[in-house]
Amino acid sequence: MTAATPSVARPRMRMIPWRAPVAVVAALVISYLVIANAAGAQAQEQFINALTIGALYALIALGYTMVYGIIELINFAHGEIFMCGSFVAWWLITTMGFTGTIHDLPILVIVLVVVFLVSMLVMGVVGVIIERFAYRRLRNAPRLAPLITAIGVSFILQNLVFVGISNSIVKVPQLIPFDLLQIGPLAIREINLFVIVFAVALMIALQLFITRTRLGTAMRSTAMDREAAQLMGVNINSTIAITFFIGSALAGAAGVVQTQYLGNTVFNIGFQSGLKAFTAAVLGGIGNTTGAAVGGFVIGFLEVTSSVYGIGRWSEAIVFGALVVVLIFRPNGILGQQLADRA
Amino acid sequence: MSGARQLTRLLDRPRAFLRLHQSLTVIISAALVLTVLPYIATWYPFNGFGVQKDWVGGFADAGVFVLLAVGLNVVVGLAGLLDLGYAAFFAIGAYTYAYGASSFTGLHIPFWIMLVIGAAVAALFGLLLGAPTLRLRGDYLAIVTLGFGEIVPVVILNADAYTRGTNGITGLAQPDLYGLLGINGFGFTNPYLYFGTVVVIVAIAFIFLQRLQDSRIGRAWVAIREDELAAASMGINTVSTKLLAFAIGATTSGLAGVFYASKLGVVSPDQFGFTVSFTVLAMVVLGGMGNIWGVAAGAFVIFEIQHQGLKQLGAFIQGLNVPVVTLGPLKIDIGSINFINYQYLLYGLALVTMMLLRPEGLFPSRRRRLELHEDTDEVAELLADEMLEP
Repeated sequence: MTAATPSVARPRMRMIPWRAPVAVVAALVISYLVIANAAGAQAQEQFINALTIGALYALIALGYTMVYGIIELINFAHGEIFMCGSFVAWWLITTMGFTGTIHDLPILVIVLVVVFLVSMLVMGVVGVIIERFAYRRLRNAPRLAPLITAIGVSFILQNLVFVGISNSIVKVPQLIPFDLLQIGPLAIREINLFVIVFAVALMIALQLFITRTRLGTAMRSTAMDREAAQLMGVNINSTIAITFFIGSALAGAAGVVQTQYLGNTVFNIGFQSGLKAFTAAVLGGIGNTTGAAVGGFVIGFLEVTSSVYGIGRWSEAIVFGALVVVLIFRPNGILGQQLADRA
Repeated sequence: MSGARQLTRLLDRPRAFLRLHQSLTVIISAALVLTVLPYIATWYPFNGFGVQKDWVGGFADAGVFVLLAVGLNVVVGLAGLLDLGYAAFFAIGAYTYAYGASSFTGLHIPFWIMLVIGAAVAALFGLLLGAPTLRLRGDYLAIVTLGFGEIVPVVILNADAYTRGTNGITGLAQPDLYGLLGINGFGFTNPYLYFGTVVVIVAIAFIFLQRLQDSRIGRAWVAIREDELAAASMGINTVSTKLLAFAIGATTSGLAGVFYASKLGVVSPDQFGFTVSFTVLAMVVLGGMGNIWGVAAGAFVIFEIQHQGLKQLGAFIQGLNVPVVTLGPLKIDIGSINFINYQYLLYGLALVTMMLLRPEGLFPSRRRRLELHEDTDEVAELLADEMLEP
């Protein structure tokens, strides 16, 4: 898109009802077949693995897309917020004294609720603080200034963890059992089931929040036209702060998922995951929350598929190639971007 | 006020001369750098940190970063494009040299020809990457270059049949003057020749970039940076102009890569990570985006802080024997802090602080300062000066 031709946000969200489920089912079937083609007996496991990793990326991508949608800033620090979230989870779990799987369901639920709530709250607040002190002053500055600031903030967060906590991989106790559950023909591990259900629930909640509440309406109107929204009585500053809070809280949740599913974290994990999640956001159509979720699952699928086909070490190159291809042939993403008509 | 004013009046004539003869200024400065810097290194306290030879070797490396920074300055400072994968072109230049002049391929193309080839290959990659992305909204370039910068080392690492992967390619040829000035091969033990070479390369790049900056193309870059829509309606082809800036940045980076590879004699993927791109960006931002002299000074200062300053600071503070302070569970032992670990934290803080408080950098370009502080009196004065100039 050039500056001279502002894009018109197409109302892709209002798809004809039957098309969306059909498209989702078709995509799932095709991706299953692609994985099954190489994975053989492990097809189901790898497919669920792809969905789980996809859910993780989707959670991070949501924050990118929300922030970009509302202030048109690539928040490079977002990946680091995800990383910090995983360290909050690590700190909570180890200070509470847990060392491994919890088989007692009520205790597990309570611990998970505490870990998720605290991590999401802390990271949400961190996101708001970053917005308040680093980005707000630059809201009307030349485009380059907030981008460079975001890079700077990302390095500050990453190196605070590097210097202050650990400069190598940290093992985190995995609380949720990896036991196989048999649901009809489907064999799924408890952890995968939890991550997928939890992430999808968060996404549905977010979607409802954005479309059904007053605050969500304020967010959408601010993204559409900041001045007009202000004239209509929307408090721009608090709306943007809330957007940062929600986006960062979702990244915090993703951080907990990371520690629970993969059992470790490291200070520089946010960089690559952030890059992939941003790719997911662009894939889905930046500014479009549904698109970010879809993009996250696409990235998860690409990553698992490449490892199933034995080219796992090229997965980053494949994801990046996908980004460039999408940018060339469909710069508005799979579902179309939802941005204001700002040139 | 008036005293300072008088002093600037007194300096007006030499300043006007230097401004008029920019290329001559570059040559004079290069000669000064060549003669004075190695001499300064023998002064107290610098001689305590290392012998002159080590210092000069460090200066040669600093020259590489100065070259990188002035190249990135064209992309970020003049054209206003955020290139976060700058180290990728550095890597491409270095590996091109490794292919052209090492026993790995058996080719032994002379260093001086490889400088041109390396720069050209990097420029080609710059064009290939820039052509599709520069048509998109501006900040997509940041993410695509970030991805590119991440992918190039990964590809080098994984394609080990062609790059020897993590081991890197060793035994790269030295530059050679073929008996000119009585010099043959440079040899690893003589940093003075490398220092001289890099100063000459930087000076040539300086003259070239300065002339470009003051040309029609340079003005077009600044116009695009300030208002792309307005620039386009003035008849500037924004895509090809931006592409040119991007490619020139890549070319300079490739040039630096060839020199760097020849100096080290070995290339491996871990030399070209994102931290290199980030460091160069910090140099450009701190030095003053758009001001080639400021950027060069910023690059030199940051490089020396990174490679000498932090080390010496650590040694100095260790020498003070600061007692260990214990505050409950917190144990503060300043003496044991490894300051080198803090460098990227410091860069991050510096970037954010600069952007918030002094976006024009420590040594701003006049034009940039005018744009960023239109309201202050001091700038009104500058503006008047600017208008009086021929």
